[in-house]
Amino acid sequence: MAVNDSLAALADTAFTGSVVVYSVAVVGFAGEYAFGRRGRVARTSEEQTATAVGGSDRAGTATATAVGSGQRLGALGLGCTVIGAALQVLSLVLRGVATDRVPWGNMFEFACAAVLVTVLSFLWLVWQAPAFRHIGVFVLIPALFVLVYAGLILYAEAEPLVAALRSYWLAIHVAAAITATGIFMLSFVVTVLYLIRQRYERGVIEDGSMPRMIAGLGPRLPAAAVLDRLSYRTVAFAFPIWTFAVIAGAIWAESAWGRFWGWDPKETWALIAWLVYACYLHARATAGWKGVKAARINLLGFFAMTFNFLIVNMVVSGLHSYSGLT
Amino acid sequence: MTETVQRLSTAPEPVGPPRRSASPLVVVRRWWRVLTSMRTALVLLFLLAVAAVPGSLLPQRSLNQGKVSAYYAEHPDLAPVLDRLSMFDVFSSPWFAAIYLLLFVSLIGCVVPRTRMHYRAMRQPPPPVPSRLDRLPQSASLDRDESPAAVADDAAAILRRGHWRVVRRDVGETVELSAEKGYLREIGNLAFHAALVALLFGLAFGKLSGYEGQILVEEGAGFCNTFQQYDTYRNGPFADAGSLTPLCADLDRFSVEYEENLTPSRFLADLTYTRELGGPASAYPLEVNSPLRTDGIRLYLTGHGFSPRFTITYPDGSAFTDISAPFLPEDQSTLASSGAIKLPDRPGGDGTQLAIEGFFVPTAAEFGDNQLVSVDPRPQNPAVAIVVYEGSIGLDSGAAQNVFALDQRQIDRGALERVGAGNLLVGQSLELPDGTEIRFEGYKQWAALQLSHDPGQLTVLVASVVMLLGLLCSLVVRRRRVWLRCRVSDDVVSRPGDPAAGAATGDPAADGDASSRTVVDVGGLARADSGGQGPGSFGSEFAALVQQFSEKDAGKD
Ligand code: HEM
Repeated sequence: MAVNDSLAALADTAFTGSVVVYSVAVVGFAGEYAFGRRGRVARTSEEQTATAVGGSDRAGTATATAVGSGQRLGALGLGCTVIGAALQVLSLVLRGVATDRVPWGNMFEFACAAVLVTVLSFLWLVWQAPAFRHIGVFVLIPALFVLVYAGLILYAEAEPLVAALRSYWLAIHVAAAITATGIFMLSFVVTVLYLIRQRYERGVIEDGSMPRMIAGLGPRLPAAAVLDRLSYRTVAFAFPIWTFAVIAGAIWAESAWGRFWGWDPKETWALIAWLVYACYLHARATAGWKGVKAARINLLGFFAMTFNFLIVNMVVSGLHSYSGLT
Repeated sequence: MTETVQRLSTAPEPVGPPRRSASPLVVVRRWWRVLTSMRTALVLLFLLAVAAVPGSLLPQRSLNQGKVSAYYAEHPDLAPVLDRLSMFDVFSSPWFAAIYLLLFVSLIGCVVPRTRMHYRAMRQPPPPVPSRLDRLPQSASLDRDESPAAVADDAAAILRRGHWRVVRRDVGETVELSAEKGYLREIGNLAFHAALVALLFGLAFGKLSGYEGQILVEEGAGFCNTFQQYDTYRNGPFADAGSLTPLCADLDRFSVEYEENLTPSRFLADLTYTRELGGPASAYPLEVNSPLRTDGIRLYLTGHGFSPRFTITYPDGSAFTDISAPFLPEDQSTLASSGAIKLPDRPGGDGTQLAIEGFFVPTAAEFGDNQLVSVDPRPQNPAVAIVVYEGSIGLDSGAAQNVFALDQRQIDRGALERVGAGNLLVGQSLELPDGTEIRFEGYKQWAALQLSHDPGQLTVLVASVVMLLGLLCSLVVRRRRVWLRCRVSDDVVSRPGDPAAGAATGDPAADGDASSRTVVDVGGLARADSGGQGPGSFGSEFAALVQQFSEKDAGKD
């Protein structure tokens, strides 16, 4: 099966387009974040904080200046995010058609698809609770970073698959891995925001001091409790998918490599990430581990996922013939 | 709020470390509780994750012995230290097994009492209505025109229809309802942990009673499932190497298909196999991703390559045809391969042996003096470069020899002497000084086959499916309780502003109608992490229930 080069070129154009449109989205979201009227999330979180502080009005209405253009910038950001996601879908579909296979056969395609999942989960979140639009800038900056990295470093020409990858398990196992990875990435972002907001709330509540440095991002973020719950929900959603991805991988390995588990570095790291996320879920149910400690385990989980994707694929060699890099 | 109301999970309660100065039994019981506590599970899970890290970053004997040797050569000081810590056999090391076993024990110690507790909890009626419903995370208050008993009937019908488990208690004229739902969460969670125990058990059982053998088979040749025939063979301590499942297979033909850009698209080994000696033969097209499964054993295609074929004619005129040996691919994209052919018996000689070291290319691009480059994995213009030695190969020295290479030490110490070298296309020959002629006849293809038997595999598969289902229940289902207190209104004129009634605002019956006879207090509690507002949350489910309670039940016949 020959690769259709013109379609593949079109897929690359759509990819570039998505990067450009996401960049505009970042500008829009950042503009809203910087100048915008405080959104609903910020206001409610302000109220929650104020109640927590015990009526203290310190968290301040001082910055509550109404700038109508902020809203419009936010809408621009959201619109561009939708267009960018559509271009990403187009790019992946074109690649799939050009090569006559699922479009997640190498690291470049994996990274693109995972980012798409992150962005779609974010959009779904905004659909459910529009106020979450305000974290858009924090979702899209890492998404954009990954896409640029993928385009520059991981890029692989549209090519057919090697025989070892020609199995319907590729579609199942890798699709599950991509979905889980994308949602874990959203969870990672939300957890970082939680830690920032948490530090801000603690500063405001305990010392009544105005936040400095990184906690300065705090006032406009959703309440720590909201972010904490969201990071749990995202992990609780992605964890069974990741579990399924690992099981499907084991089933595939059984028919491709002659054993369902052999401590290949990639398998091992998939297990490590799984164990770390299981730790996170346990920590959430263990007295003394809730909150910041559990959040750090969540970050560690995403570190394991990233390590597995980047370092294990490119530095540690194993049986996985996946990277598409030469 | 009482403890029974609060706890919607059978998670073990936090325990402290054991204190000294207690009787041995008490100490054991305390340590047992520590071992089976959530915190210990957390630490063990984390330890297992950390312990797996060196196993993935350092070369492992079980995966690649060669890389371990290379590591030894590169770090002669560090490697023995690491080796003493089992760093090259992490996953079979005592300390890894220790963590694994502790986790195993902790899991059992955790699952068994929780199962008992949950079984009891499921048979117990939902706990009675707390005295202050407005202190619960979710609460509301509303008025109805009917009597408390009628309102309670309505509410109970609504709840039962929603598959809530409902208990009704009449206290004078006041009627109380306790309802609970979502037992599946805990069942799923227990199933998950129990399945994990089963999975670990299946894994260990399979490793202990299974075996695995690898063999290279040339086209036209075959093998039988006996451990003596394998090139490499490994079995667990409980596997009976003497009575392996009978199977014999012949490799009739091996072929590879390529894409235009020379990406291999299909490997195919056409097999004929029999399950008993002299029994009926069946054909099987063995492919990557499609093993032959029969009688609990699985046969895989794991690699392929070429065996160059020679005819050797000795000075006395005796000719040996079909001399060949598998060569190992050095480069998977061009299949340039290297290997060795050892010829122990030479007719009429002086006891010295001949040995050939060779380099095979399926498609030679440049063919000249000492230049042999492979450009294509397909055999379009096969060629070999050979170096011939004479002397003692060293086969009887007792040390195991690599079949794919000559023993370099024999060459270094002069026991093997170079007597000729040349590059040959098919049909060409090399003549040695003593008149021996070595003719390159062509090639055969070989396939690397692996036969595996793992009796724990099905247990592991079933366990992982149960784990996944249990996990889904445990993470999706929400354990929650709802309580209602329906009492005769004591203030017929108007109710004082009740802050807890906030959730019920917008309720048509809430504006203190003078004729109302029943006040309904509703309270709700869901497990931590499941609360909050937003679609699909317990908050909105509760609001919807309150809305239903506020109207006369229309769904009732
Ligand atoms: C490899 C080992 C283990 C894994 C992968 C694992 C995984 C999980 C997962 C995914 C959950 C669901 C968390 C949630 O409901 O949010 C959970 C819950 C739980 N696990 Fe484990 N677990 C393991 C070992 C253990 C052990 C050894 C114990 C015994 C102390 C334990 C006790 C519990 C308890 C009590 C819960 C329920 C928490 C609750 O109801 O809030 N787990 N586990």
